[in-house]
Amino acid sequence: MSNEFEPKIVLFACNWCTYAALDLAGTSRMKYPPNFRVIKVMCSGRIDPQFIVEAFKQGADGVLVAGCHLGDCHYIEGNYKTMRRVTLLKRMLDTLGIERERLRLEWISASEANKFVEVAKEMVEQIKAFGPLAPRIQVSA
Amino acid sequence: MTDKPKIALYWCASCGGCEEATVDLAEKILDLTSLVDIIFWPVALDFKVDDVEKLPDGSITVSLINGGVRVTEHEEMVKLLRKKSKLIVAYGACSAWGGVPGLANLYSREELVSRVYREVPSLDNPAKVIPQVSVILDGAQLKLPEILPRLIPIDQAIDVDYYIPGCPPTPEVTWKAIEILLSGKLPPKGSVIGASEKSLCDECPLNETKPEKILIQDLKRPHQVIPDPEKCLLTQSILCLGPATRGGCSALCVKARMPCTGCFGPLDLVSDYGAKAASFIASIVDFQDQESIDQVIDKLPDPVGTFYRYTLASSSLGGKLIGVKR
Repeated sequence: MSNEFEPKIVLFACNWCTYAALDLAGTSRMKYPPNFRVIKVMCSGRIDPQFIVEAFKQGADGVLVAGCHLGDCHYIEGNYKTMRRVTLLKRMLDTLGIERERLRLEWISASEANKFVEVAKEMVEQIKAFGPLAPRIQVSA
Repeated sequence: MTDKPKIALYWCASCGGCEEATVDLAEKILDLTSLVDIIFWPVALDFKVDDVEKLPDGSITVSLINGGVRVTEHEEMVKLLRKKSKLIVAYGACSAWGGVPGLANLYSREELVSRVYREVPSLDNPAKVIPQVSVILDGAQLKLPEILPRLIPIDQAIDVDYYIPGCPPTPEVTWKAIEILLSGKLPPKGSVIGASEKSLCDECPLNETKPEKILIQDLKRPHQVIPDPEKCLLTQSILCLGPATRGGCSALCVKARMPCTGCFGPLDLVSDYGAKAASFIASIVDFQDQESIDQVIDKLPDPVGTFYRYTLASSSLGGKLIGVKR
């Protein structure tokens, strides 16, 4: 066992594109880093910024939000909402002392298993360079 | 002393507005004193901590505490009141979620002290004196409470039974909450009392003018525009947090042509007010390309201060002070 830091990354994947890409990566036996905890949602537009801050609170070192390409959303415009929400949330993360790159938004279609593998490798490397997200304040209620 | 229910009021890190709001009960305060004995209220009455300490445990019916916990004295006092009270009510935004003073959690205690006592331009402190926990002066030891590493809402220091929201809670909300507390028919522990269960829009007089779907291509702050008083502020691109905020205030700010800033806090089932409020604003921005979206969001100079104005200290990410545990 090496003592190298292995980041925990929560991946929110939309049912129609990105989750299918993950399946394709798996059935094609592609190799990608095992740092992702995948949560399937019907649409990237379902991802409330509350989910993202909750992931960071519970110890995620990074959060990857991935959905259909713009214009390809199964629900027509869900991913545009996601894009706007992530844009605003990233700015808030800066002020809250979390590197904005720890939150990443990618459009990965069902056929783009390769893109997922590339994004995954790149993101893991980047977060390894940042180091672990220091534990957030314990809120005991 | 009679056998009327006993009420204590206390303030921690607050501006005094909540005390003012209590006094704003006006004549109703006489009704209150006919129903209860106020046995501790440092702002208005001359009872001392000592008097509270002498009370049997659990003998205060309700303690209404406003303000967050910022210094050790606040912590000691809320713990004392918890021991002596049957019910603890967090009164006002600061007590419930940290409030505006909770925004100080974006800075460390050292940064704050240095800023206040060494750096602010209006400072008159040539010797750069910084308050100490203990000093010897003319042979006598003087003590001050210690500033805690961060501000916490009171429910992170003690068990809290109910919450009354607002900055400050309005007299109507306060009275409604007091009636609930004295009725004996108590809602489930942890409930927000006295306010609405619906969002502010539900009671806003401009709600009728709200279109089915609001879309905005600009964001304006109150000083940049004279609003049309007959039209939903959001449709005029004015950043109003009404849709994300609990109602109960009867839309006082909107009636005065000011947008809601969110002082009644989150609705039930919302875990993080700031993230939720940011989510709704982002979702109604009517652009689909990154550049235009950036341009609209750039109109918000301080998104954290805007969306977490009253709730930063209780939010999921809690401010910038990473890894500080108490």
